Amino acid sequence: MAQPFTKIMARNIFYGGTAFFFLLFLALTFDTMGQLPQRDNRAALSGELGPVIAQGKLIWEENNCIGCHTLLGEGAYFAPELGNVYTRYGNSTDAIKGFIASRPAEGIPGRRSMPQFNFSDEELTAIAEFLKYVSEINTANWPPNIQG
Amino acid sequence: MQYQSQAVAKPYFIAAIALFVAQVLFGLIMGLQYVVGDFLFPEIPFNVARMVHTNALIVWLLMAFMGASYYLVPEEAETELYSPALATLMFWVFLVAAALTVAGYLLLSYSTLAEITMNKLLPTMGREFLEQPTITKIGIVIVALAFLFNVGMTILRGRKTVINLVLLLGLTGLAVFFLFAFYNPVNLVLDKYFWWWVVHLWVEGVWELILGAILAFVLVKTTGVDREVIEKWLYVIIAMTLITGIVGTGHHYYWIGTPEYWQWWGSIFSAMEPIPFFMMTVFAFNVVNKRRRDHPNKPAMLWALGTAVMAFLGAGVWGFLHTLSPVNYYTHGSQITAAHGHMAFYGAYVMINITIISYAMPLLRGRNAANSAKSQIWEMWSFWLMTISMVFITLFLTGAGILQAYLQRMGENPQPFMVVQEHISLFYWLREIAGVIFLIGLVVYIASFFVGQNDPEATTAN
Repeated sequence: MAQPFTKIMARNIFYGGTAFFFLLFLALTFDTMGQLPQRDNRAALSGELGPVIAQGKLIWEENNCIGCHTLLGEGAYFAPELGNVYTRYGNSTDAIKGFIASRPAEGIPGRRSMPQFNFSDEELTAIAEFLKYVSEINTANWPPNIQG
Repeated sequence: MQYQSQAVAKPYFIAAIALFVAQVLFGLIMGLQYVVGDFLFPEIPFNVARMVHTNALIVWLLMAFMGASYYLVPEEAETELYSPALATLMFWVFLVAAALTVAGYLLLSYSTLAEITMNKLLPTMGREFLEQPTITKIGIVIVALAFLFNVGMTILRGRKTVINLVLLLGLTGLAVFFLFAFYNPVNLVLDKYFWWWVVHLWVEGVWELILGAILAFVLVKTTGVDREVIEKWLYVIIAMTLITGIVGTGHHYYWIGTPEYWQWWGSIFSAMEPIPFFMMTVFAFNVVNKRRRDHPNKPAMLWALGTAVMAFLGAGVWGFLHTLSPVNYYTHGSQITAAHGHMAFYGAYVMINITIISYAMPLLRGRNAANSAKSQIWEMWSFWLMTISMVFITLFLTGAGILQAYLQRMGENPQPFMVVQEHISLFYWLREIAGVIFLIGLVVYIASFFVGQNDPEATTAN
């Protein structure tokens, strides 16, 4: 005879299912952590420029760049994707630095414009090196093309 | 209101609605900046408006969750709240912290805010949705712990209902996963990987437990349907939520440097994430159809059913639209994401909070069961104005997103981001108009608290 589906059965599915799939998620996370060294460009972080990249990430964060841009597709959708800006700008950190430094303080009439942050040359280098490091992460060929 | 201490919920609800207004106003500013790029520049740049828009949303949803808990936990537990004084104190701590943070966003440059709050000691700022200064984040943890303690002690000494236990589980998960906000390594892939443990495991995980518990509570109260039936549904829904949603986190791990097997795990599990939302829709309509009485608070029923439908559309359907990895390859980080975000947050979390506010506020304000007929008519107008305009905001953003993905990522000659933005500006204008209608709906909603105050309560006379 088929038993009626009871509240206790529903509860057990909830607790059992949650526990099982959370453990599965942890196992996948564990495996991912093992694979990341081949993909996440951590060599750059332990290399000579590591401290510069770390400084660049901090500047990126402390100026809320993610509030307008996406980075690897995450962030705001108001301004261009920057995960591949290094390659889009012809593999040139100088081009990135030049763009950031040249933003007009009062903006451009009627158009979107990046604020002028008045960064020092050292800070500009740090941001550019951070963006170069990001561009060398293995992102499974995303974005689809150079336009981001 | 059956217990005196439920009254502490009222300031939480009022502050939540005030922050909702701020959220929508700054949303309109951003919407205009999409088409008039220099609007309010450089005084309120887009990123600042966006921080206020998203952070006000997060804080008001949390405020309303807390208010909802303070209201429903004593009633479910059949005992007074453990410490009403602590709840009131934490309200002021939370409100002042939120106000100072928003003032910091608006009055200081973000880098200055980072400097004076000593972000370098423990850098946590400048990540999407987690922009709050580290000190604010610590404040959130303290408020959350005090809140959990208060609610937990109340449940411990009272009747232990399924609704209370599920709510407590959700709230505990909320507090636990927020702790990942303090983990911010230089390695961007690790940073992003665990950032999602806050963001995804909140909105597609533990928050859905809170949503389910609040919805179940309101349906128990308004329909008179047997609690056993409702609780069984609740368990099944949240079981499906977590069975699909936890591994469903994988749909964020397609393109951020993580292994490619996530494209399979993420696609398959997140494709099933609409199931619990669909069950919630069936559940809500089933229970309302089987109601044993007609509750005089019609708007509360409307919001409850609206939540079930709009959460399914926004989170379920619009989520599925771009969750399969071959599709997401082209839509990731486009206006499609924005479209989904808007209807999902509105349908699931904004509407469930308005549901409980709609149910509880008349009681907190001394009514027996419901507002006057006049007030209810205003509130139901606000439901339709906000809900329909949100559907259109979502549709216009979806149109923008499809064109954006095509012109920038799929067509013969992919065009630069800013060129594409010019092409699709018509959709942004229409979205802004829909946003103005939403604001009108919100004004009508607030007005509903003030009209017909001296009229008698609505009754169920058919």
